[in-house]
Amino acid sequence: MTATKDIQQAFKERLDYDELMNCMRCGFCLPSCPTYGQTNQYEAASPRGRIALMKGVVDGLIEPDESVEKQLNLCLGCRACEPVCPSGVKYGHLLEEARDIIQQKKRHKWPVKALRHMVFEQLFPHKERLKNVHSLLAFYQRSGLQKAVQKTNILNVLPGNLAQMEKTLPPVPTKKEMKERPFLFEAEGTAERTVAFFTGCLMDTMFMETNNATIALLQKAGCKVVIPEVQTCCGALHAHGGEKDQAKKLAKQNIMAFESIQADDIVLNAGGCGALLVEYDHLLKDEPEWKERAEAFAAKVKDFSEILLQQQFVEKQKLSLPSQIITYQDSCHLRNVMKTSSAPRKLIQVINGSVFNEMENADHCCGSAGIYNLTEQEMSMQILDYKMEKVKETHAHTIVTANPGCLIQMKLGVVREGVEGSVRAVHLADLLLEAVESK
Amino acid sequence: MLNERTKAKLVEVVGSANFQDSSEARLVYSYDATPNFQSLPDAVIMPEDKDQVKRILTICNEDHVPIVPRGSGTNLSAGTCPTQGGIVLTFNRMNKILEIDEDNLTVTVQPGVITLDLINAVEAKGLFYPPDPSSMKISTIGGNINECSGGLRGLKYGVTKDYVLGLEVVLANGDCIKTGGKLAKDVAGYDLTNLFVGSEGTLGVVTEAVLKLIPIPETKQTLLALFEDMDAAAKTVSAIIAHKIIPATLEFLDQPTCEVVEDFAQVGLPTDVNAVLLIEQDGPPEVVNRDIEMISRICREGNAVSVKVAASQAEAEALSTARRSALSALARMKPTTILEDATVPRSKISKMVKAINEIAVKYNVKICTFGHAGDGNLHPTCLTDARDEEELQRVEQAFEEIFHKAIELGGTITGEHGVGEMKAPYLALKMGGEGVAAMKAIKYALDPQGIMNPGKIFAKDTRKRVVVRS
Repeated sequence: MTATKDIQQAFKERLDYDELMNCMRCGFCLPSCPTYGQTNQYEAASPRGRIALMKGVVDGLIEPDESVEKQLNLCLGCRACEPVCPSGVKYGHLLEEARDIIQQKKRHKWPVKALRHMVFEQLFPHKERLKNVHSLLAFYQRSGLQKAVQKTNILNVLPGNLAQMEKTLPPVPTKKEMKERPFLFEAEGTAERTVAFFTGCLMDTMFMETNNATIALLQKAGCKVVIPEVQTCCGALHAHGGEKDQAKKLAKQNIMAFESIQADDIVLNAGGCGALLVEYDHLLKDEPEWKERAEAFAAKVKDFSEILLQQQFVEKQKLSLPSQIITYQDSCHLRNVMKTSSAPRKLIQVINGSVFNEMENADHCCGSAGIYNLTEQEMSMQILDYKMEKVKETHAHTIVTANPGCLIQMKLGVVREGVEGSVRAVHLADLLLEAVESK
Repeated sequence: MLNERTKAKLVEVVGSANFQDSSEARLVYSYDATPNFQSLPDAVIMPEDKDQVKRILTICNEDHVPIVPRGSGTNLSAGTCPTQGGIVLTFNRMNKILEIDEDNLTVTVQPGVITLDLINAVEAKGLFYPPDPSSMKISTIGGNINECSGGLRGLKYGVTKDYVLGLEVVLANGDCIKTGGKLAKDVAGYDLTNLFVGSEGTLGVVTEAVLKLIPIPETKQTLLALFEDMDAAAKTVSAIIAHKIIPATLEFLDQPTCEVVEDFAQVGLPTDVNAVLLIEQDGPPEVVNRDIEMISRICREGNAVSVKVAASQAEAEALSTARRSALSALARMKPTTILEDATVPRSKISKMVKAINEIAVKYNVKICTFGHAGDGNLHPTCLTDARDEEELQRVEQAFEEIFHKAIELGGTITGEHGVGEMKAPYLALKMGGEGVAAMKAIKYALDPQGIMNPGKIFAKDTRKRVVVRS
């Protein structure tokens, strides 16, 4: 069987036909789709168009050729189309399945194969290895090498915006710092609830300080925080990149890790990870022996901002900052899948001394979308530039985000605009801790 | 397929980036929002101005290539589905608001402008463009003109045709004509403007439109009235009109519709009563207050179990936005959602609603009904599964009987969605043979080669409608 026939057959067998039919093509999703907007309203770059392409393959109207694959890849997976879909089509699930089929049946050229193998199988599932990579990065940053390299402009030979991205990297912790973090944090005052903290891979290496800030905030809100030791990568990159089996394996590992702790909630600070965690039950839907366990796990997952509000953090703590204008960029997955959009805003709005300016289309994806800003660089930067225009209109000094991918992307936006001196991008947890400490 | 020579000529007009004939492009322009209609065009073309449209039509006319003008593809009567192949003409590059003329109260637009963008732009200047189809967030003004779209405000303010003052149209042979203009009065010759509005892309391509604006109403109030009995709700609609009150909006939703809409929109629509009326009045505050009070009284006298005025503008807005999602929300219940557009004189609403329910029982099909009760425009919507051919036959029969009933009550087969291809077999029901012949005479005088959106409005023969086609 040729690869094309193979893919077509798998589409027929694995794509949920009822779900494809549930799209009644009303087009209500079109205005919410960033790629539809950025392609001058090209139907194939819209959710309705992409569903039509998937259905077209299943119905045998078209072949799953490169252009179909290209349109599926061009989707950010931001899922902004789902909350506005009156028919309730689960677009994200369809997309994930279709991408998985294409990836699995595709005969990659060897460099791509090697890279995918390294990222998806050798690196992300293994926290120790990630830590090693990051300690190399820490060495690069602290030895003065980074400064020297930046001075030479040698990085400009890198393709696309990698040189700019390199500048946006936060100072990462050393391996020692990563190793020595304890696994149990008592609440300040009486412990009103016990939460298990999902550390994430990037969040716990490159953004370890943000994780520490989140834990500190939870403690201040009266939570006892436990970090299950054997937890692993959430699997979101795998699920979105067409490596579903690997994602399932990681999900099971995490479920087991968190079952060992009797926590009230599973808390995290990365919308991208959270969106997969709350859908572990869907991911494992074909494995009956995992059904209940996955559902129990998914039901406990919450963003830290929701927990802080529930725990009356704003009543317990005085929050203030030096005078500044703050705006908030939604994490798509936090908003559209975890359904958290008002909690972060409420937390920001109570900070004394600062003004919150909502930006237009704050709910539109920033273009980061996992590794999208590497794989679909041109579209990603087009979306980012549009986003930065909206930021500019708010006159914000501080852009707050709630997900590591968005944070890196917004930092990149600041560099691209050349406004590093006057505008900064920070994670909500870091901003809140700053507001607690700034008295 | 297009022959290479035609293709080369078209590419020369718009450039290769704006002429697409990949299988991907052809597939995603093979449908509109009409269930079960899908047909691949030969290509998609995206002109940037009137001159390009002229050249495209000249080429298509010479080479006998069908042209299907398409806005955002939200059509519900297969009017923008390229069932005869040919070229889909899109207006995404012709999407400018050219002028808002505050002295003459007009706005001049290109056809690709999104309806809501137009509404927002004029409202920012204190002006009002009333036609508000449920799809207005996505639909284009060109599409609205071609289908003569209605909307929730149609009862008091009328539909698209009541706001089109003038058009620039490219005819099938490439000639460009201008009809009407900014004039409030103009009776020079035939009213070609109104001829093109609602012509469903079968007579020419609209490339520019002058639309009428009115001052924006000062205030608005929204009221929800709940009924245990569908018939009581329908009678209340007639009673409101009979009391000589014309609300801006008078919408009707039955129980299953409320349930799915509430499931999606979460705005507090009741799901435990059999019928809901959503009523709005706008205008000067004293008039709005008086009318809303009167309407409340009529509702109570009509046995409403609850009458409640929305507490805030935001609450009112949320309710009408939720109502706009009714059709798509109904798609949650079954895989295929077939919506109809039967319209009767407003005094016959209760008879029509009753008949729809009886017909649904008779053919054992699930029909939910919602719609613009105030203007007699109902949307009986059948929830079915296109894969169940036996059931689909019964759905067909039920709809046929619904149309006959509408005509019998002095109504029509479509109030605002157009005839398209889906309802072409029923046109003669409304128009009679001579009426259809007169329409055809106009069509072939303006488009002798029959390239303009062929297969639409006029049925090829008198066979019954068959919805399933791909």
